[in-house]
Amino acid sequence: MDTTTKAVGMQRKSSADDWFRRGLGLAGASVLVILAAMIISTTLDAWPVFKHAGWSFVTSAEWDPGISRTEITGDYGALAFIAGTLVTSGIALLIAVPLAIGCSLYLTQVAAPRISRPLTYALELLAAVPSVVYGLWGLLFFVPVFLRPVMVFLADTLGNFIPFLAGPVVTYNYFAAGVVLSIMVLPIITAVTREVMSNTPSAEILAAYALGSTRWEMMSAVVLPRARPGIIGATMLGLGRALGETIAVAMLIGGSQNLPSTIFRGGQSMAGIIAITFQEAAPENIKALLGVGVVLFVITVIVNMAARLIVWLTGGRVMGDASV
Amino acid sequence: MSTADTPMRTTDRVLKAERISALSERTSNAIARKRVDLIMHGVLLGAVILALIPLALILYEVIKQGLSAMSLEFLTSVQTISLVRAGGGYLNGLVGTLYMVTIAVLIAVPLGIAAAMFVVEYSNSKLVPLIQFFTDVMTGVPSIFVGLFIYTILVQSGGGFSTLAGGLALSLLMIPIVARASEEVFRLVPDDLRNAAYGLGARKWQVVMKIVLPASAEGLITAAMLAVARAAGETAPLLLTALGSFTIVPQLLGRPQAALPLIIFNEARGPFEPAHARAWAGALELMLLVLILTVIARTISRRSKARGR
Repeated sequence: MDTTTKAVGMQRKSSADDWFRRGLGLAGASVLVILAAMIISTTLDAWPVFKHAGWSFVTSAEWDPGISRTEITGDYGALAFIAGTLVTSGIALLIAVPLAIGCSLYLTQVAAPRISRPLTYALELLAAVPSVVYGLWGLLFFVPVFLRPVMVFLADTLGNFIPFLAGPVVTYNYFAAGVVLSIMVLPIITAVTREVMSNTPSAEILAAYALGSTRWEMMSAVVLPRARPGIIGATMLGLGRALGETIAVAMLIGGSQNLPSTIFRGGQSMAGIIAITFQEAAPENIKALLGVGVVLFVITVIVNMAARLIVWLTGGRVMGDASV
Repeated sequence: MSTADTPMRTTDRVLKAERISALSERTSNAIARKRVDLIMHGVLLGAVILALIPLALILYEVIKQGLSAMSLEFLTSVQTISLVRAGGGYLNGLVGTLYMVTIAVLIAVPLGIAAAMFVVEYSNSKLVPLIQFFTDVMTGVPSIFVGLFIYTILVQSGGGFSTLAGGLALSLLMIPIVARASEEVFRLVPDDLRNAAYGLGARKWQVVMKIVLPASAEGLITAAMLAVARAAGETAPLLLTALGSFTIVPQLLGRPQAALPLIIFNEARGPFEPAHARAWAGALELMLLVLILTVIARTISRRSKARGR
């Protein structure tokens, strides 16, 4: 009698545990379901345009949307926007990665905690600024007041030798968008790089000092080589962010639909064309914009997965980036 | 950690030592080496300063321009239809933002926390590495794509632009952030606490719900606030789901909803001076909302982490 009630009690309790496990598992799996639903739903909707345009969707720069409700009549080649996204992201990384490495070295290896803690905090705040505020600030202050003289100078000097930097300078262009984008991706790259660098084994740091290295020699011989895979991973995470950034880029890139011939001319990015033209688009045009979104999604997810794999394989998972 | 991998890495170490000594031979001139060290010190400090200049510029500009356009009227009235004339405020946007963020919190916080619980407390499940990996991947999904997704499943299929659509889009952006941060929080709960509860005869669900959850409450609030701060500033997904509105919209479905970032975006793009002034004031309002949340969240997390150690 006694044992049977106990057994029944146990059974009931363990079934509560089972339900609990199932419930949590479902919540966990929802992430996978949502991601799958995202790609399936948008691709199905964009399919008619992919079918109509074929490979020219990503190889042609002829973007001439139609106004039909039911058929696909326009020309949809998104190459100019793909190029715009790549060019702005490239500029952003060229500026942000060296800066992030410098900041991380300073914050983890040079500065005392008393100094590095508030500086780290300030850098994290940079990530909390909403992208529309970056856009507003860039549009009305930073680009016309601060950046324009720099761009004119670059075009007048380097522009004479490098065609990609040639003028005349239009105020809102690939370069302006790229510079503001670099400010936006700096915190995430710094957060990951910093975390990797602070994991340098202290035995190796001490060994370098014991051999008589100066601090910089220690950093270049021990910290930097150790952190290289982490820096690559951080760069690709930053790239993922830069590719997907919408509003600030849309406000600063200038809005022309041409292929980039120089970085001082106006252009458009993939996310930008969606944000700017979506609200006035006809049904067939919306399908094409969905297609642009699918291409963007595929590119960013591939970049992100590669970045995560690199970071996972070399130093375990990095926390910093999710909150930044 | 370094003691465990010593045997494997001995050759690695020797190679590294050789590289270091070769380096010191190459630049044996002590004065020159000191000079390089000093220069590099300056370069690194310069990088930090260069990185902080934009933050100072943004804060300065938003506060200066925002304060000069800020007024009681701005805070308490809705938009005027005219972009050209001065007057009116962003109250409709503030209400819309808070409305949609609340919906997003109600969906994303429980779901994110539950997902994190599964990952930490049932770490032997085969699903866990998959969930971890794709949660990380999901943090990198472009926010505009989330907007497109909600558009295809909700707006286009008859629901129309609505508060719910906007809230759902924001919730999808919040889920991975909440999940990732909560996971970290649950890991901080010491196993001794769990074992003590098991020792008293508690079931797994009791241990998780009555021991682990209360012990990590502070950290979970932080996680939620960081996610809210991120969602409140999002513009791109709302363009395709909430659309925008000139009035305060109490309906959950059937009518487009306003949001602070949407209004700022629209007014900043135009050529009109009064609209720009309002956009700055709106930016100040939005920054205050987001920064206050972020600062509180980070302060709480720093404090609880310090105590955890």
